[in-house]
Amino acid sequence: MADERKGLSRRDFLKTTGIATGALVGGGLIGGLVGYNVNKGGVETKSGTKNTGNHDATSVVGLMFFTNHADFNLLSQAVERIFPEDDLGPGAIGLGVPYFIDNQLAGNYGSNAREYMIGPFFAGEATQGYQSRLTRAEMFRQGITKMEEEAQKRYQKPFVDLDGSQMDEIITAFQKNEVEMKGVSSEFFFRVLRQATLEGAYADPIYNGNNNMDGWRMKGFPGHQMAYINLIEDEKFQKIEPKSISTMQH
Amino acid sequence: MAKTMDKVNVVTVGVGWMGGIIAAECAKAGLKVRGLERGKPRGTADYQMIHDEYRYAIRYELMQDLSKETITFRNHRKMRALPMRQLGSFLLGENLGGAGTHWNGHTFRFLPYDFQIKTMTEQKYGKNKLSADYLLQDWGVTYDELEPYFDKFEKTAGISGENTNPFAGKRSNDFPTPPMKRTPILKKFETAASSLGYHPYMLPSANLSEAYENPDGEAINACQYCGFCERFGCEYGAKTSPEITVVPTAMKTGNFDITFHANVIEILKSGNKVTGVKYVDTQSGEEFIQPADVVVLTSYVMNNAKLLMVSNIGEQYNPDTGRGTLGKNYGYQILPGVTGFFDEQMNVFMGAGALGMTIDDFNGDSFDHSNLDFIHGASISITQPGVRPIQTNPIPPDVPAWGAEFKKASIENYTRMLSIGGQGASMPHKENFMSLDPDYRDAYGVPLLQLTYNFTEQDRNLHKFLTDRIAEIMKEMGAKTVVPGNPISDYDIVPYQTTHNTGGTIMGTDPANSVVNTYLQHWDAENLFVVGAGNFPHNGGYNPTGTIGALAYRAAEAIQKYSKTGGSLV
Ligand SMILES: Cc1cc2nc3c(=O)[nH]c(=O)nc-3n(C[C@H](O)[C@H](O)[C@H](O)COP(=O)(O)OP(=O)(O)OC[C@H]3O[C@@H](n4cnc5c(N)ncnc54)[C@H](O)[C@@H]3O)c2cc1C
Ligand code: SF4
Repeated sequence: MADERKGLSRRDFLKTTGIATGALVGGGLIGGLVGYNVNKGGVETKSGTKNTGNHDATSVVGLMFFTNHADFNLLSQAVERIFPEDDLGPGAIGLGVPYFIDNQLAGNYGSNAREYMIGPFFAGEATQGYQSRLTRAEMFRQGITKMEEEAQKRYQKPFVDLDGSQMDEIITAFQKNEVEMKGVSSEFFFRVLRQATLEGAYADPIYNGNNNMDGWRMKGFPGHQMAYINLIEDEKFQKIEPKSISTMQH
Repeated sequence: MAKTMDKVNVVTVGVGWMGGIIAAECAKAGLKVRGLERGKPRGTADYQMIHDEYRYAIRYELMQDLSKETITFRNHRKMRALPMRQLGSFLLGENLGGAGTHWNGHTFRFLPYDFQIKTMTEQKYGKNKLSADYLLQDWGVTYDELEPYFDKFEKTAGISGENTNPFAGKRSNDFPTPPMKRTPILKKFETAASSLGYHPYMLPSANLSEAYENPDGEAINACQYCGFCERFGCEYGAKTSPEITVVPTAMKTGNFDITFHANVIEILKSGNKVTGVKYVDTQSGEEFIQPADVVVLTSYVMNNAKLLMVSNIGEQYNPDTGRGTLGKNYGYQILPGVTGFFDEQMNVFMGAGALGMTIDDFNGDSFDHSNLDFIHGASISITQPGVRPIQTNPIPPDVPAWGAEFKKASIENYTRMLSIGGQGASMPHKENFMSLDPDYRDAYGVPLLQLTYNFTEQDRNLHKFLTDRIAEIMKEMGAKTVVPGNPISDYDIVPYQTTHNTGGTIMGTDPANSVVNTYLQHWDAENLFVVGAGNFPHNGGYNPTGTIGALAYRAAEAIQKYSKTGGSLV
């Protein structure tokens, strides 16, 4: 619910979402780095659509990590709450984000293959970052189970049968670290879930998210273009049909 | 038993910018040079699928594999240091070219003030401007002594720029190539900064404005403004990097080769000389000894310090007694910045890593600090690097971080948001240092480097002052909403800030307060040289590579001299 998103100071949120303040010039990205403010509360979102994905018939997309449709459907509903369908275009489900996350969990991302996973493990301070012994795959598995448990506890219903605001209430409880998890805080799981949702919405479609490049299209990002040398001095905003990196393979 | 390889004249540990420069210069002079690089070979042909934010910018494909090695970190001595398990605050390099492959290409010269900071601060503001907890010292070389080497690095790299910055040190030559294009976004900044009385100039760039052949005969192409630059390799060979310049130059001589998958774990020492290094073949697990007349550490700030520590060369800095120099004066940067939201849509997705405009009106000592509670300052820049959609979801204050309102605002503002940022100099503090971690080890059984670092009072004051100045520029640019960055509190290793780490193996004129002399020759071992931003006694208000490049060229000359004469160079 709207009110449930209150309570984290902007500073805390910035700290815990891994978002720096200010503009990074120092060899860094220039991002939308300020302005994340959960202090003033959120706004009610309409209940998300409940279909799980609408890939076109020719694309071959399947589950590589999840073995259980209930878990996958729960993930789908949760990410749709984070990035819902609206009049701008598809939400997380329409963009294929659940498949993106599934596929990523089955690979290096899920097994933290390129990260330091040697113990001993201690909780640490927020400034020290990820200190869990869990891989992302293990964290997602546990997080999804916990979301289902919360739904049963609060409403005696499966998560996927809740209405939008009830789902939001549960997601917010994770965000505010009110749910007990083992080996990781629920707030950290929320952060990873939110980030993965954005990754799936805006990564190149070769990763089975950003279906039809609609994430890019909504945002006005043209994806892979060879060069802007002839356009970059133009005062006019350029609407360019986006292109996937896959066009490089032919 | 480690197998012993044939002796070479010079061995470099790591082949990034610094290893490449040392190799090129020494090999041209006829010395037999071997580079030991823990990573793999790579070059322009490997960057064809590079326009992929997810693989390269988010999952860090080109950077260090932390499952093998990382650092541990704590904010202060009472905190338990824990491993940096995922990359974040800085992005360490690996493989041929090191971080010089995925850098932006902002190529500055530190200010004359930087090299004589202690003397000049005391002259102007007295001895007590900063408390004794700050370990300021002059570098032992002046800007004028370094100028020919700056010039040399810029010519090798073909840097594009304009010589109009009134606060910069004197140049003997103009930039080798003209500045990059002044885009509408940059012009907005230029107009605003000029009308406030500041002095904007085009950021000196290693994304070249035109095709160029450097004095070694290496060709660098013209930048296409493709927007996939920082964190990516350039598929056009238009971003100057070691693998298209100094490495081929070294190779052409026939005097240089590189052993890949060679992770150096120890420097071998006998008396007041080193005899070579020991490395592990990361594919077979076998150990090798590489004997050499001269050992040059070019393995970046972190590993340079770590290798000296695990090899017991030099005295570890102790913050209680102030004794010891190794690990001392670690510095980072602070990034005051402001975001502005505009009504009009802009082509923010077009760009290049070092496409930008800068002012130095609040950098170094170019403004009066008499009534300010800090010294130094920051360069202030707007850049147009090509803003990426996964990482950039700008929402004004009050918008929640997820859900319908988030989606709408982040999409709406993606093309309507600009940022101006400052790169703030960080001053060395007695509590900020590097040492060896007692608990955690890398994949080869070597202790991890431990970082103890926090922002200090000086940083916070500087940050606040600069944020206010930057906000004024953003207002002048006509943003409808101006959102200054929050005041800084504790250093946080999670969000990316800069890969501009300095200190730990600092240079100077006295073995009592430096690790290497002004030729980067180790005080305790005359045939050991340590090259990198670790040599900086303090961090400046710019990106470091131009300045380390100059120091490396000077060191390369010294190594050649040493190879003939032997002994200490000072
Ligand atoms: C995203 C990003 C953007 C940047 N942008 C800029 C910029 O715009 N301007 C600027 O001036 N600077 C920038 N930098 C910083 C710049 O990249 C570095 O200053 C520069 O590359 C340092 O060069 P180096 O040779 O000292 O170290 P590196 O480039 O890190 O090279 C060190 C090499 O040593 C190897 N190595 C390390 N340890 C061992 C070992 N034990 N055994 C064998 N090999 C080893 C590594 O694999 C690596 O290849 C940026 C950095 C990053 C990450
Ligand atoms: S922006 Fe220019 S230098 Fe950077 S990768 Fe693209 S073409 Fe290369």
